[in-house]
Amino acid sequence: MEKPVPRPNADSAPFWEGCAAHEFRFQRCNSCGKAQFYPRAICANCRGDDLDWEVSVGKGAVHSVTTVSRGPSVAFKEDGPYQVALVDMDEGFRFMANVRGGEAEIGTRVRVIYEKRGDQTIPQVEIGG
Amino acid sequence: MKKAAITGAYSTKVGDLEGATCMSLHTEAGLGALADAGLEVGDVDGLLCAYSFTEPHLMLASVFAEYIGMQPSHASAVSMGGVTACMLVMQAAALVEAGYCRHVLVVTGDNRLSGMRGNAVQALSEVGNQQYEQPYGMTIPAAYALVAQRYMSEFGVTSEQLAAIAVTMREHAALNPKAHMRTPITVDDVMNSRFIATPLHLLDCCLISDGGAAVVVSAADTAGDLKAPRIDVLGSGQGHTHEYIVAAPSLTDYGCKRSAADALGRAGLKPSDIDVVEIYDSFTITLLAELESMGFFERGEAGAAAAAGELKIGGKLPCNTHGGLLSYGHSGAAGGMYHVVEAVEQLRGAAKGRQVDGAELALVHGDGGILSAHCSIVLGRA
Repeated sequence: MEKPVPRPNADSAPFWEGCAAHEFRFQRCNSCGKAQFYPRAICANCRGDDLDWEVSVGKGAVHSVTTVSRGPSVAFKEDGPYQVALVDMDEGFRFMANVRGGEAEIGTRVRVIYEKRGDQTIPQVEIGG
Repeated sequence: MKKAAITGAYSTKVGDLEGATCMSLHTEAGLGALADAGLEVGDVDGLLCAYSFTEPHLMLASVFAEYIGMQPSHASAVSMGGVTACMLVMQAAALVEAGYCRHVLVVTGDNRLSGMRGNAVQALSEVGNQQYEQPYGMTIPAAYALVAQRYMSEFGVTSEQLAAIAVTMREHAALNPKAHMRTPITVDDVMNSRFIATPLHLLDCCLISDGGAAVVVSAADTAGDLKAPRIDVLGSGQGHTHEYIVAAPSLTDYGCKRSAADALGRAGLKPSDIDVVEIYDSFTITLLAELESMGFFERGEAGAAAAAGELKIGGKLPCNTHGGLLSYGHSGAAGGMYHVVEAVEQLRGAAKGRQVDGAELALVHGDGGILSAHCSIVLGRA
């Protein structure tokens, strides 16, 4: 079984189109100013519907990270242990990624890279930045 | 407003129950709880069910009612993960208190061990967000591991302290002939068991078991006619902050703070009044973080308390006296219901070999998702 390929919808299509162009797009609310990820039709902070897409510089720090030994499917188990991290991006939003190029700890600085997954491109992070 | 009470409780065997089905477990549990109360199927006017992995259906309460030939005047099925059992008890109590029902049968059960043979972990991982979590190989243990790493980093919790929780649960299970895993374990055994997702070892993780459990929630003024001692539902509460761990507002503060405060507040009680707690322990970190977030311990103190034996039967706050999800068993929604059934047995003074002396007040707590949805119930001996 292959690793899951994200299935974009109307909320997220601009984000995934950005990833295909190696551009990390996130939403910012014009009413309250909060950065938002994942993308939604409204701002979850103030319910405002005036959201703009911005492009992240692609740098952040690890909020938490675990090394997974038992993946959910054969496709992941074949990788051996892999790291899953929650990354706080410098623009003020959080996303999940696997860590490439070394082992991260809480606080490790990382930068976004992109990997092909099926017909999509998914963001990941590598150590550094 | 009428008062609600638990008048019947029953749990099936747990473990590898080859030959059981989701509906056969529902049937044994449901009829067992009715027999415990001294009621017949025809006495039940409300039926609440949860969800199933092995017999997934949009309308599980209707499926079960049809299976046993019941035609209730009220039925619904709730699908909220591990919090479901507590939520169903809260909902049943609300139906009784509002006068819609006199006897509500609350039934849970699943054969996710023998019926899925190793596929339960993958099925569970599919509750992760399809676009923003599943592509990264996030599993439920991995999500709780992210919580554990952060919690350990902020509050100085150690792996040995987490292991002490697993050891305590196993000690309790060893006192319980029905428990799925009863072989004693040590802190070293936990620490030396293989990592599932750092810092969580295999023995920091709950079991996957077949089994079922049910309770009857009745109007308290009907309970005098029934067989079993009445256990009053004194207060309940919920708290919801997120679904996906990627969007959780905090990895160290959760909805259980609110659910416990509301449940205790409605009962007119405080944490120190409670004699025994049965709290959702999908992982060792789950129990530790919830004990602190709910106010039973100060931040950073539950781990040391576990290591000092304070969570044991006879300790300061006996916790998961049946052995919990970690050692008694975890059967989907029934996993949380085992905590409810155990609280009832403790308050009846019927927990043979593991009875907490003088237990009069219990708090039961369930958690669904990744510490996403919480429900707390305060129960008291009538």
